[in-house]
Amino acid sequence: MEKPIIEVKNLGKKYDIAHMRGGYVALRDVLAGIARKPFAFLARRLRSAAGMEKKEAFWALKNVNFTVKRGEVIGVIGANGAGKSTLLKILSQITPPTEGEVILRGRVGSLLEVGTGFHPELSGRENIFLNGAILGMKRAEIARKFDEIVAFAGVEKFLDTPVKFYSSGMYVRLAFSVAAHMEPDILIIDEVLAVGDSEFQKKCLGKMDEITKNEGRTIFFVSHNMGAIQTLCQKCILLEHGTVAMIGETQEVINAYVRKAQSAAGFDISGRTDRRGDGSLRVSDIRILDEKGSEANSISAGKDFTIALRYELKDPKVSDITIALGIDNNLSNRIAFLSNSLVGKNISTGSESREVRFRIHDAPLNAGDYYVTVFIDEAGKVLDWVQKAATFSILPGHFYASGNMPQQGDMLLSYGVETK
Amino acid sequence: MSTAVTVIRPKRLFHLSDLKELWNYRELLYFFSWRDLKVRYKQTAIGVLWSILQPLVTMLVFSFFFGRLANIPSDGVPYPIFVYTGLLFWQFFSDALGETSNSLLANKSIITKIYFPRLILPISSVITKFVDFAISSLILVGLMIYYGYAPHLSGLLILPVLLALTFIAAIGLGLLLSAVNVKYRDVRYALPFFIQILLFVTPVIYPASIAGKYSKILALNPMMGVIQSARAALLGTTPINWMLILTSFIAGMVLLVIGLMYFKKTERYFADVI
Repeated sequence: MEKPIIEVKNLGKKYDIAHMRGGYVALRDVLAGIARKPFAFLARRLRSAAGMEKKEAFWALKNVNFTVKRGEVIGVIGANGAGKSTLLKILSQITPPTEGEVILRGRVGSLLEVGTGFHPELSGRENIFLNGAILGMKRAEIARKFDEIVAFAGVEKFLDTPVKFYSSGMYVRLAFSVAAHMEPDILIIDEVLAVGDSEFQKKCLGKMDEITKNEGRTIFFVSHNMGAIQTLCQKCILLEHGTVAMIGETQEVINAYVRKAQSAAGFDISGRTDRRGDGSLRVSDIRILDEKGSEANSISAGKDFTIALRYELKDPKVSDITIALGIDNNLSNRIAFLSNSLVGKNISTGSESREVRFRIHDAPLNAGDYYVTVFIDEAGKVLDWVQKAATFSILPGHFYASGNMPQQGDMLLSYGVETK
Repeated sequence: MSTAVTVIRPKRLFHLSDLKELWNYRELLYFFSWRDLKVRYKQTAIGVLWSILQPLVTMLVFSFFFGRLANIPSDGVPYPIFVYTGLLFWQFFSDALGETSNSLLANKSIITKIYFPRLILPISSVITKFVDFAISSLILVGLMIYYGYAPHLSGLLILPVLLALTFIAAIGLGLLLSAVNVKYRDVRYALPFFIQILLFVTPVIYPASIAGKYSKILALNPMMGVIQSARAALLGTTPINWMLILTSFIAGMVLLVIGLMYFKKTERYFADVI
């Protein structure tokens, strides 16, 4: 059987906390420190040489093991700080591991950023060669693919213009185009696709898809963009606190991740692709806040809670919007509908990004799980519509005087009982 | 199918395979040097002229103050050509040193995003300076014609050796300083001062002969041997002193080994702390 193209064994990376804090120091301070307390300095050096001094350390990765077969496209997901970028940096040899080893069987190309080394003063033509060389391509190879690169980027007319005069779109297109024409056996990619307009993103994803399918390239892809991961990757690794929490079929891993991420109370839905609307405004995240305003995933019945959503305005022409929230039970029946227009509140879009909060008084919901669907329109035109964008649980609470909860039904109505 | 196998392990020290790797990346070396040259000549309005003006003006000022007013001896050759021969090599050395020590910081955004042998950056900085050297040596040719000096054949043959020595000394010290610079950010502020001090312990504006009994100590400075020998070879001030060249070579190699070791030792942290 063929050996795996990527083998990662017991990989670990430790950072000293000192490194995490800005890293560099002033020689002046070090020298002054030695001059002031020469013996303390000496003692510290001796202790650290003898391995007795315990530095504050932080393991960004620990005991990471996995293999990747040739031709596989594997995605890596995980929350911020789970170790994704450290893993990428080790695989691309930017930083060495503290322990363990990685074996890469094939030519490696890594793409942690598009346009690494682009120089604003140089022309498009010159930057293609420079960037290509930085990415590890040979000059002959770049020359051979030159026309293709230029055509893919669509910058034929501006080849001899310094890239500082390029629009940001052109710049990114050119940069990505160079990168897309690398021909490594193993391609390591960070969320570089998060740049550029959505049209070009599609083109890039298409190009990558084509590369892997036609040429059997192995791709190692790290992203927050679940949509991109879903489209590209068959297999997925979920990192959590520096260790591999799960490896498996992409859909399963994503589901597990989403479940876990939801329990963290914030719902980053900027990467959701299964949304409708013309996209001139997009909800980027939704948070559930308890009565004290802190993020929570479960709310006690009878207490106030808040659904806070943040949107990002893509088209400044949008002005007056209506935001509606649908609350569904776990059988997908809509049990409540909230909207700013119902309560007579106008929302004008204002700045590029804004948070809108719906405060719900005395949570009149029975214990269980609920889903929030968000719908935003402007005079009937759908701008953004995301189904089940967030979820929360209601815990039994003190809604009724007895402190008991009903055994059936979703809603807790506030009522009185009179005898006559 | 490609057979290239990369093994990533907790860091090893300098290894012969590093040289092989450097060779594999020689095109990148070329591109970095090319970029630096191109950008510099594009950005400076007077472009190439700068490489000529800078040493020329320095030479004129030095000739006036040190040669004419202070009457500093010049081993029997006209002071302008005497000082210019020294300046030519000195400027190559000090510019290369300045540029190398800053090379890692200047390319920070590349270092944190992609792998390549980091040694390429300081080396390409020195290579760039070769071009300046070539341009400003045109003035020396002019001066030699003007004052009627014809170099011996042996003198011309020794020039590449002297250039190599300068290269070794500049890269050795430059590697050390570039790596220190990554860790201690205040070092670069002290560097211009350090280079200025070096100028005065190197026989650029004065002949080594005035140092007398201290010249043995001064010989530990590799640039002393280089400049002394350049004058001997081109202007015939003294016979070529092979012992001095050997001393310079050894001193330069010591610098190179120390620089390389420190560089390789700290290289792995560059991306983490830069």
